[in-house]
Amino acid sequence: MILDGKCPTGPIEQTWDKHRFDMKLVTPANKRQYKILVVGTGLAGASAAASFGELGYNVEAFCYQDSSRRAHSIAAQGGINAAKNYPNDGDSIFRLFYDTVKGGDFRSREADVWRLAQVSNNIIDQCVAQGVPFARDYAGYLDNRSFGGAQVSRTFYARGQTGQQLLLGAYSALSRNIKLGTVKMFPRTEMLDLVLVDGEAKGITIRDLVTGEIRCHVGDAVVLCTGGYGNVFNLSTNARGCSVTAIWKAYKKGAFFANPCFTQIHPTCIPQAGDYQSKLTLMSESLRNDGRIWVPKNQGEKRAANDIPEEDRDYFLERKYPSFGNLAPRDVSSRAAKEQCDDGRGVGPGGLGVYLDFRDSIGRLGEDTIRERYGNLFEMYERITGEDGYKVPMRIYPASHYAMGGLWVDYNLMSNVPGLFVLGEANFSVHGANRLGASALMQGLADGYFVIPYTIAPYLVSTRPGKAKEDHPECRKSIDEVKAYTKKLLSVNGTETPGDFMRKLGNVTWNNIGMARSKESLTETLSKVPEIREQFWSNVKVTGSPSEMNQVLENAGRTADLIEFAELLARDALVRDESCGAHFRVEHQYEDGEAKRDDANFTYVAAWGYTGDGKTPELHKEPLEFQVIKPAVRSYK
Amino acid sequence: MSGHSEHKTMTLTLIVWRQNGSKTPGRFETYTAREITEHHSFLEMLDVVNEDLIKSGKEPIVFDHDCREGICGTCSQVINGVPHGGQDRTTVCQLHMRKFKDGDTIYIEPWRARAFPVVKDLVVDRNALDRIIEAGGYTSAHTGGVPDANALPIPKPDAEYSMDAAECIGCGACVAACPNSSAMLFTSAKVAQLAALPQGRIEAKERVQAMIDAMQDCGFGNCSNHYECQAACPKGIDVKFIAHLNREYMKALV
Repeated sequence: MILDGKCPTGPIEQTWDKHRFDMKLVTPANKRQYKILVVGTGLAGASAAASFGELGYNVEAFCYQDSSRRAHSIAAQGGINAAKNYPNDGDSIFRLFYDTVKGGDFRSREADVWRLAQVSNNIIDQCVAQGVPFARDYAGYLDNRSFGGAQVSRTFYARGQTGQQLLLGAYSALSRNIKLGTVKMFPRTEMLDLVLVDGEAKGITIRDLVTGEIRCHVGDAVVLCTGGYGNVFNLSTNARGCSVTAIWKAYKKGAFFANPCFTQIHPTCIPQAGDYQSKLTLMSESLRNDGRIWVPKNQGEKRAANDIPEEDRDYFLERKYPSFGNLAPRDVSSRAAKEQCDDGRGVGPGGLGVYLDFRDSIGRLGEDTIRERYGNLFEMYERITGEDGYKVPMRIYPASHYAMGGLWVDYNLMSNVPGLFVLGEANFSVHGANRLGASALMQGLADGYFVIPYTIAPYLVSTRPGKAKEDHPECRKSIDEVKAYTKKLLSVNGTETPGDFMRKLGNVTWNNIGMARSKESLTETLSKVPEIREQFWSNVKVTGSPSEMNQVLENAGRTADLIEFAELLARDALVRDESCGAHFRVEHQYEDGEAKRDDANFTYVAAWGYTGDGKTPELHKEPLEFQVIKPAVRSYK
Repeated sequence: MSGHSEHKTMTLTLIVWRQNGSKTPGRFETYTAREITEHHSFLEMLDVVNEDLIKSGKEPIVFDHDCREGICGTCSQVINGVPHGGQDRTTVCQLHMRKFKDGDTIYIEPWRARAFPVVKDLVVDRNALDRIIEAGGYTSAHTGGVPDANALPIPKPDAEYSMDAAECIGCGACVAACPNSSAMLFTSAKVAQLAALPQGRIEAKERVQAMIDAMQDCGFGNCSNHYECQAACPKGIDVKFIAHLNREYMKALV
């Protein structure tokens, strides 16, 4: 099937304004007739739920954490982009739009990206009004810094905790609406099924993670804001609870999964120390503003970092990408680091690391300035590694970080299932094949505050409010299915833990389809993952009972979904027989190792449709058209 | 890097609080953690113990955790009597085993406070903290219709002060550390963050009163000037914010 994103046409500068006018509105008196279910309370979910509540809709919001304030958006460190051009350095909405389309390696929709750039400025205004304490200069105005993939300073920040402050801003707006009674909050609940009534999304089946109760909530629309699937690599910078489960269940109910192979590897993470490791910790990319990345020139270098003289150091990013240097985009930087380590010049245990060195910037600016900018990151590094980054260079290595892919949505952020909307990292829309730094926070809040409050209206006016009730046969069926599935997980009673299977899965996915992919590695993945899946269902051990707090059961369910999903990711990567952005097929590269796109054959969104367990999913395509920015080789030299 | 003893491992005795819920009595159980290295985080050490428990068909120790990088505020354990384990400005998830020695005995308990009922083992219910925020921990700005972000300059020292307070991660260690189970540090951090900013001044009076009322309704005590909260706070939130809270409260009353 050829998919249509239903993007508005005409001059790009007018698309969003025109569309906003063209869309139908729900009148104030009618809004209270509708109930919207929002799943996930990160930046996208909390901002959407709060904004819906303010508009007068009835909202029920769900999160698996014990409080909506803890969603993983909170961990974003570096900042949020906006096209304010406060520093007077040449930024504009058009430049942010251009950088994002180019950064995504021409695999995103122009109209969606334009809208994102246009509303970016409103986000900063909104956050300031909420009391988000952004960094300021001595005149009292907002400060900016630069981030990878941009030559202007457009990133607003709150020390190294920008995600935390933005999320707490959205959480405060959500809290206000909870108090007002417009939003009902359900923490410690996990969505385990999507309920369709006459083909439209009208409910979700959840498990209460405290009591184990499985029940259905119904509404007039379902909005998924459940984040990304970076944990498909087992070790990632995502929180342990992050999973593909909510969007995977929606996929199995008919929602198309778009570009699953577009996964971002972040270049600046603390390297893995052992097999027991539970997560990889990100060090904000903002560190690359002042840190210089290098490896020893000699393979098997034995000297300590500080004893290696200048002439024996290779500042490989500065050498290869002179105009962007240490601020080259994430995918480019990650692959360059891998290349050095594969070539035997990596540092630290196992040779899987490169240095991030602050010696020169400390010499230039003083330790106090560096401490003021990144103090919390240096402390975090020391807690984890026992090393002092002010005195010896940090060691970093790439790690799975973000999912550009996600459920397919049209311009209104509605999936192919009517009534099912998907926001933030959970959808696929704006980042193309690679996301630029400080753009995830921007997208989450853009979708939640300034897009979905408008774009949900056309669907709502087309549907009769209160169509589904909790006792609808589809709800009862869904509850029975979820209960049976839970029982099945508990009844295998094998010998391996869900953690064992995540490590097995991670070994296959990280090594075969992590930073680089080939036909062989993907084919191998497609044969190995089903084996893991089979072993899982014949040998997983889940202790405890279904009717109580049971973290083993939670992990088992998420693991089962990630295993199934890994197969789809590999299939998508195999079909996409080109390199683009973060998707690097070793068969397709220029002589200097840069990604080589195949625009003639792959300028499309790959949207996969579920066809049944064990059956090959069906590929649907949405052709991408670039009317404003002509696709060119994405060069950062 | 050189200097690390990569292969040396530790064996530790864990004495862990197990409880099936707030209605049933809890008890301590003893476990052994084996083959732990200095690079394990405290939670990774518990993961190792739990993997063994699951394999032997026993119920693993239930504990709250999520981001494992010290920012989400989910992890919550009292270790050897100290919330988060006593390393300066460090959450449990960021505490590493290099702070312990081979052969150590470690006591692990949940946050203990009337307002935080035990859900299971080391997991407690901290919804009371959300209720304090819901009472007024916000500006009432609704989405849209706000002025340009730079229309309102804010002196850098005020913005920094506000940010110092805003770093609170809402973990509840302050409550667990307080002999009076007070949530004053938590509440004051939000009150001070907003009181220091012009956009927060507009509702300052109503906010401080509503949040204090909610705090008391939830069953938290008042500050008794022990300052254990600041010592336990993984983000180093300063008790000066409690003084600020009191000033705001007095101003609101007169």
